[in-house]
Amino acid sequence: MSDLLITGARLLGGEAKDVLVLGGTIAEIGAALDAPRDVETVQAEGLALLPGLVDLHTHLREPGREDAETIATGAAAAAVGGFTAVLAMANTSPVTDTAEAAERILDLGRATGLADVQPIGAVTKGLEGAELAELALMHRSRAVVRVFSDDGHCVHDARVMRRALEYVRAFGGVVSQHSQDPDLAGSSACCHEGELSGRLGLPGWPSVAESTIIARDAQLARHTGSRVHVAHVSTAEGVEVLRWAKAQGIDLTAEVTPHHLLLTQDLVSSYDPTFKVNPPLRPTEDVEALRAALVDGTIDAVATDHAPHARHDKEHAFVDAAFGMLGLETAFAVVHDTLVRGGQLDLAGLADRMSVAPARIAGLADHGQPLAVGAPANLVLVDTESTQTVDASASKSLSRNNPWHGMSFTGAVHTTILRGRVTARQGVTE
Amino acid sequence: MTITMPRHLLSMADLDAEGIRTILDTATQMHDVQKREVKKIPTLRGRTIINLFFEDSTRTRSSFEIAGKWMSADTINITGKGSSASKGESLRDTVRTIDAMGVDAIVMRHGASGAAHQVASWVQAHVINAGDGTHEHPTQALLDAYTMERRLGSLEGRHVAIVGDLTHSRVVRSNLISLRRLGADVTVVAPPTLMPSGIGTWAQREGFALSHDLDEVLQAQGPGRPVDALMMLRVQKERMSGGYFPTAREYTVGYGLTRDRLMRLTDANPHLVICHPGPMNRGLEISADAADAAQSLVLDQVSAGVAVRMSVLYHLLAGADDPIGAVATNEGSAA
Repeated sequence: MSDLLITGARLLGGEAKDVLVLGGTIAEIGAALDAPRDVETVQAEGLALLPGLVDLHTHLREPGREDAETIATGAAAAAVGGFTAVLAMANTSPVTDTAEAAERILDLGRATGLADVQPIGAVTKGLEGAELAELALMHRSRAVVRVFSDDGHCVHDARVMRRALEYVRAFGGVVSQHSQDPDLAGSSACCHEGELSGRLGLPGWPSVAESTIIARDAQLARHTGSRVHVAHVSTAEGVEVLRWAKAQGIDLTAEVTPHHLLLTQDLVSSYDPTFKVNPPLRPTEDVEALRAALVDGTIDAVATDHAPHARHDKEHAFVDAAFGMLGLETAFAVVHDTLVRGGQLDLAGLADRMSVAPARIAGLADHGQPLAVGAPANLVLVDTESTQTVDASASKSLSRNNPWHGMSFTGAVHTTILRGRVTARQGVTE
Repeated sequence: MTITMPRHLLSMADLDAEGIRTILDTATQMHDVQKREVKKIPTLRGRTIINLFFEDSTRTRSSFEIAGKWMSADTINITGKGSSASKGESLRDTVRTIDAMGVDAIVMRHGASGAAHQVASWVQAHVINAGDGTHEHPTQALLDAYTMERRLGSLEGRHVAIVGDLTHSRVVRSNLISLRRLGADVTVVAPPTLMPSGIGTWAQREGFALSHDLDEVLQAQGPGRPVDALMMLRVQKERMSGGYFPTAREYTVGYGLTRDRLMRLTDANPHLVICHPGPMNRGLEISADAADAAQSLVLDQVSAGVAVRMSVLYHLLAGADDPIGAVATNEGSAA
């Protein structure tokens, strides 16, 4: 079952080749390869072949809120979206702050067979920001947790952040930080702070709440010799600090979401909680700065921050509604349409930002590998010409908080392959 | 002449200058009902209005209730503290339940900005925003305009200064729209910490002025003409704990309408009027002398509130076939 012959695929959008996969590994790349007996052929003429996408930032809601998403439905959405690996954030109920919790998520992910689900461990017990969670035990578990995050909350206490960074250095761990100083905004902040929030009467987060934490953490990374990953950068100010830190040689990586690369704060004028997300949608100038930073490498990776929510958690007044929006199924289309079609990034660049770099940041050895003989066959075929309109009701996710509904994008995921097995074909999981 | 009224009144932006004018003109007729012995006209007979108040309110809720009752509508009050989120029911479920009973209008007060906008997208009934968080309070702006016009005449070219906690005020956001549409010049005055974020570009865009110095605004001559109306906004003492200003005393010295400021103003401009949306913090943003001065319109505002809300209900709920003549000529048909 893990053997395949892919014919006529343009490798990273370049030359068309045949790719033979045997035993879940790329066995041969060449022209007009013959399929051994009983090996399924995937005709990929006109399609481009990329390493399977890797998402550094996914919320799967299991355990705790299986009405919004399960690991199985999230993995299905991932497969349909071209992902072969996703990192599951720790803010479930209970929180992923023990080895046992991490292993359970790993196992539930394996059972789906649709994507590798790698748990992220909490930095602090219960995401409370006070005491370190059992970081090393999570790392020593079968889940081999390397990325730790209190996402949804900033590790705000500088002392706690410093100790976490020092501690994970022992085993090459990384802290993925939700960079947002809670003291610089009210507790009910729910959008970008600026003229629009002033007019709408909504409490906002100023850009400076993000940039000051990035600056602090950059200095802590330098001081501790440890690595910080900046989750979902959303502001031009944040990008400016990242650029400075990287120029100093500080070990810092960063991700940006598809929604921060395309959607702007104006959508909040409708008070539709579909567009309520944390960090919030920002003005156009920020979107432009984020695109430029992703293109020039200041931002290393795209990560979805896929955040499913039951309808009844979104259908409240704007300040009371849950934060977050879906992203797994649309990420490739959004990034392709926004950056590749416009010529700012080529397909190899997209593969780097959506597969190679995130796999490297997360330490996932089987993903984001070059399309070469001997590499694990975690792959995705994409159609760069196909234009599709997003239909929220067609989603594999259990939730419908889809900000992309009704929008059309050029560039679509065609077939996703996990260790030589097709997991999804044109929106249908296998 | 037929004026097209919006289906809902969610923001002052829903009304153009002509729409505002129409509502204020009708309010004048409604005001006469208030002076009658029998305060009842049949205009909204058979209509049901729900006053849905998720946040405490005495004056606005009773003002809407009286307005509905005098127009013979069936009015029902539903009050519920706290957000529906805390009760486990979504806001959408709450309002759709009420809507399903077949009500004609939902008059809604909610602690969250935008709540009325969201509700309007979920229900069949007409929605009237009676205050949403720190966003808008359109009927307050209408009654403010009505009250000021009664004393000052047309607001075209008049100078209105709005002073106080602008950040947390829904009154100022609605007034900025309506006063500009009625042609008034507006200056907003507050310490920087009590001004909404981005107000600098907002002011440029909408053509109003900003100041952090109340005395400078009150003394202004020449192009910054003397102030004709002072609108003092409530300052909540709990804002001090948020670090918005250090002490009540310091606030009053900088931005309060003190007895001293009142006397200086009265000397300079005998026509000056003073408004306050209430409830007043006497001694903080407004001195007792100012609140009770001859220039104070505070009680006129309350009285006008009923007439303006009758007018709004009439224009939103009564069809073109419900002649307004019933208002002007009705004497004996009240049951």
